[in-house]
Amino acid sequence: MTIERAAEPFLLIRNLIKEFDGVRAVNDVSVAINKGEIFALLGSSGCGKSTLLRMLAGFETPTHGTITLGGKDIVGVPPYQRPINMMFQSYALFPHLSVWDNIAFGLRRDGLPKDEIAARVEQMLSLVQLGAYGKRKPHQLSGGQQQRVALARSLAKRPQLLLLDEPLGALDKKLRERTQMELVGIIEEVGVTCVMVTHDQDEAMSMATRIAVMSEGRILQFGAPGEIYETPNCRFVADFIGSVNLFNGSVSVDEPDHVIIDTPEGRHYVTHGITGTMGMPVSVAVRPEKIALQAEAPTLEQRAVAGEHGYNCVQGVVAGIAYFGNETSYHVQLDGGMVLKATRTNAARHDDSALKRDQRVFAWWDGADVVVLTR
Amino acid sequence: MNFLKNLLTLRWITGRRVVIAVPFLWLTFAFLVPFLIVLRISFTEADNGGNPFGTLMTLVDGVVTLKVKIANYLFIAEDELYALTYLNSLKFAAITAALCLVIGYPFAYFMARAKPTVRPVLLMLVMMPFWTSFLLRIYAWKGILANHGILNNFLISIGAIGEPLHLMNTQFSLIVGMVYAYLPFMILPLYANLVKMDVRFLEAAADLGATPLQAFWRITVPLSKSGIIAGTMLVFIPAVGEYVIPELLGGPETLMIGRQLWDEFFTNNDWPLASSVTVVVILLILVPMAIFNKYKADQEARS
Repeated sequence: MTIERAAEPFLLIRNLIKEFDGVRAVNDVSVAINKGEIFALLGSSGCGKSTLLRMLAGFETPTHGTITLGGKDIVGVPPYQRPINMMFQSYALFPHLSVWDNIAFGLRRDGLPKDEIAARVEQMLSLVQLGAYGKRKPHQLSGGQQQRVALARSLAKRPQLLLLDEPLGALDKKLRERTQMELVGIIEEVGVTCVMVTHDQDEAMSMATRIAVMSEGRILQFGAPGEIYETPNCRFVADFIGSVNLFNGSVSVDEPDHVIIDTPEGRHYVTHGITGTMGMPVSVAVRPEKIALQAEAPTLEQRAVAGEHGYNCVQGVVAGIAYFGNETSYHVQLDGGMVLKATRTNAARHDDSALKRDQRVFAWWDGADVVVLTR
Repeated sequence: MNFLKNLLTLRWITGRRVVIAVPFLWLTFAFLVPFLIVLRISFTEADNGGNPFGTLMTLVDGVVTLKVKIANYLFIAEDELYALTYLNSLKFAAITAALCLVIGYPFAYFMARAKPTVRPVLLMLVMMPFWTSFLLRIYAWKGILANHGILNNFLISIGAIGEPLHLMNTQFSLIVGMVYAYLPFMILPLYANLVKMDVRFLEAAADLGATPLQAFWRITVPLSKSGIIAGTMLVFIPAVGEYVIPELLGGPETLMIGRQLWDEFFTNNDWPLASSVTVVVILLILVPMAIFNKYKADQEARS
């Protein structure tokens, strides 16, 4: 029996570079992924996330760098010999084979005995709740069913690593929400380590245990979904994940327990220290749901939370309202010039304090709820 | 009344109907009518006094006489020569189609996998032979395969053989000519099919553990089935009735039905028998064609 050393990550990518005609699609990426993790590579199209996934699958050869899986170097191993299976974007189910044969395809290549193949295929079909659909051809299934066949096919060989390429991209919104949960449930039930690629932040946040945000071939930030959302480390990540208000300004007071940042829209009192210097240009990031929006000026208690001397409080005029049912999103034209995004949860059915267009409003927030970005 | 009025105003002539009518008229006058004429001739007597064929129906003293002569068909069925010739035609057409497939498939495959910028050039090269007269190209093979032709001279000069090989007017020379002439008709539909194939299917196969060779047999070949069938039909059907190539390159043991037709028409001047031979050829071709069409229709109905 071997004792697993927790210090050793299961999948280790080191200094990976991929160049296409001199252009770096993946630029010096290093990632360590633990066993059983669902790891999401998140980025917009062309950020290099798909190229990275294709290198893991073996369809692309790295220009430089190493990939080790379970301690073994897999660069140079052809895709058909890797213990890695992939669920393709829009699934790539073989159109001429039935659902059953699609799932059995990989098992047959391994030369497993017939009865074992049958047992495994049946097991996979019941895992994705498609027991009665074995004889159908892929085009006779709905999008959601095809997605489950693709998942069953990629899990049938019991891979050490499962790759998901935009796993829910081809599904409509309602189905996507339901499938996200199912997919995570199945992956956790099987216990396979999983790397997924997506441009959809909701998909990444809701499914992954850890996310890497990619841009222009580089990884900008690693972290659990909550970390990435609440403590983004740069403007790109703050802006890419969710919605954010960025106040650009400079540091005017720098104390260990608080900083004050001056911006054209007002002064920001931040209740935590930052690693920066006086006068340094920074951005204060405030999420729309952290902002309180009201018609009357903040009360004394509210000002105690926001900060003294009218810190963390701005004024403006409601310029746009978008009602989503569960919440309402407001665009407020601030006196300082920028447009502030703020949301209010519609907790009660009838809200007497509902704000109207062109109404003058106050917006304030807790100095602990903001993030100061230095890059 | 209304119907007549509508008819006279010509309002029923719509653009859609005209467009549909063109191929229908073409098929009616270029295929159906000539075929019916041939069918009619095949059931008549040979009339040696002037007309090459007799009449099917006569009206004498108010009596309509319909005279259908099936002796030609019986003759074709009974005479071993015809059976042998038909079989020969089918055999050589099948060998040609099979060899074209074996040679044409890799051809089409690499064309389809070539860089998109190179593909038009390759496509043009495949069609290039059509720029020269068909007759000339087939005739050129005589110069290559003759006893003192290019091939034998070359083999003797490198010392591979002492005596010239007898290649001309054999089954070998016939098949070489047929495969050469019909190869583009195999390559083009196969190429059109393979170029459309999604390479992600091959990636998915590789991902699931299929070696490139397994992926080819399990994925590429089944997915190109309609291209294989189209190419095979395009080669097989005209090859059955081929006359020029067996005449120029074939020998005594390569008697094919095209040659037989020619003899009946122009040597024996027996138009009814020649017509019967033609009808049987058409049936031999129509049956596989119908099977192919049914297959295509089934496939389209399924997807």
